[in-house]
Amino acid sequence: MDLKDLYRDVILDHNRAPRNRGELAPPAHSARGHNPLCGDQLTVYASVRDGVIDDLKFEGSGCAISVASASLMTEALKGKTLTEAERLFGELHEVLTHSDAPVPADLGKLAALSGVREFPARVKCASLAWHTLRAALADAPAAVSTE
Amino acid sequence: MSAASAALPGPLSERDVARYRADFPILAERIHGKELAYLDNGASAQRPRAVLDAERRYAEHMHANVHRGVHTLSQRATDAYEGARERVRLFLNARSSREIIFTRGTTEAINLVAQSYARPRLGPGDEILITWLEHHANIVPWQMVAAATGARLVVAPITPSGELDLEAFARLISPRTRLIATAHVSNALGTVLPVAAIVALGRSRGVPVLLDGAQAVPHIAIDVQALDCDFYAFSGHKLYGPTGIGVLYGRERLLEEMPPWQGGGDMILTVSFEATTYNALPYKFEAGTPNMGGAVGLAAAIDYVEGIGLARIAAYEHGLLGYATERLSAIDGLTIIGTARDKASLVSFTLAGVHPHDLGTILDQDGIAIRTGHHCAMPVMEFFGVPATARASFAFYNTRAEIDRLATAVAAARALFR
Repeated sequence: MDLKDLYRDVILDHNRAPRNRGELAPPAHSARGHNPLCGDQLTVYASVRDGVIDDLKFEGSGCAISVASASLMTEALKGKTLTEAERLFGELHEVLTHSDAPVPADLGKLAALSGVREFPARVKCASLAWHTLRAALADAPAAVSTE
Repeated sequence: MSAASAALPGPLSERDVARYRADFPILAERIHGKELAYLDNGASAQRPRAVLDAERRYAEHMHANVHRGVHTLSQRATDAYEGARERVRLFLNARSSREIIFTRGTTEAINLVAQSYARPRLGPGDEILITWLEHHANIVPWQMVAAATGARLVVAPITPSGELDLEAFARLISPRTRLIATAHVSNALGTVLPVAAIVALGRSRGVPVLLDGAQAVPHIAIDVQALDCDFYAFSGHKLYGPTGIGVLYGRERLLEEMPPWQGGGDMILTVSFEATTYNALPYKFEAGTPNMGGAVGLAAAIDYVEGIGLARIAAYEHGLLGYATERLSAIDGLTIIGTARDKASLVSFTLAGVHPHDLGTILDQDGIAIRTGHHCAMPVMEFFGVPATARASFAFYNTRAEIDRLATAVAAARALFR
């Protein structure tokens, strides 16, 4: 285990300068997520049109892992369909929770989060934004990802 | 016996501390290949061999159920358990062992008072006075009572240094105040509360006072008669004893008036389907088979700590606190949260640009264990406008060298995130 594997440059960068910070007004979907262990509190906003996430923002505070994960998520999912978003979350979740799972190439920059799996206490931090997004989209009309 | 029996006069020297450290097997543990620097004693302290041995001796030679059998082991178990109660009575200087109730910990002790003392006698408009410094265990039980009875929770404010605003506290005692419940030492900040003044205020207004002593007993000698409080709660595991054992001291007159809060075996004299006669104190409050091994371990922990001497422990820890405060304050971007004049040996802090949770992970890689988070005291965090802090809490087995390692690692974390 190496700290540099957890705090990769991409993560430090997204923590220092998070992308897509801010709010989206209704009818954008939103949900609040809370990780009581470390006090992370995130609100995720998602605007969905025709089954496509056309805008995605977040605000709140948290540890570097939760903030970087939220920031990376907004970059990765903007423009993706709900089905694609759900698939990426599934892949990331697999990587975070299985130390021997291969890191799929289509995770792109999200692969930087894979170091978190060596630090089990921090997996919740990395997945907070994703669970919050899922909660925000629970009532999305085009949430067709029923697989 | 271990080094504990050699109660030396004078301050603890580095040699004494090295000797005491050897009494704690876990301190030799290596974490990520590094020597362990255990600075999370406020959450749970480690156990010396004397405690581990006592628990084992009990299990290997004395265990059976208590207060029940005529056979030899049952008698040994009863003697060991009641012996532990008497040891706790001496430790707290309670008048009678009837005033010593074993619980699972501080939390259960406070809940006992909430359910058995407060709930039956509080009504709409009555008030329970606490402070802004409380651990959730001294907030939530009262909220539950308030919800059930229509009583109100009143919270006394603190100052920016994390001290209780005693004048405001005094003003908040009203004719409707039915109970005062405060920490003796704040777990999140280390503030030592002015408990003598708090109890005096309660006495003068005829309001009973409960003190949450979870963070105080490892650092301050407690004399409940001198304190004159009505209830005092603490946990074994913060006093170098086992988890799952704690104590409620209660003034006998009040305990006598209180109904049992849990029903079961051991707390009764006779049971029929028409009526049940409750057992005498303290058994009335100890339904079911208690944690005998835990009680025995707690008694051994008290022997150990008193063998060193709480005054010597406090003096040494005070030195560590001063040193840690000085070393940490010198780190750029570090802010100490809680700067009360009278503090137990813990430092709560934030580091600009580094979330406490990240800091906790980084220090852990260096073998340094600290607590990060809200410390089960979210109102305190809210008061200081931070989501969480990092907290290093020191025991008599910690050293200046460990504090040096802490300071170095904190500075390195700051550099990593810059």
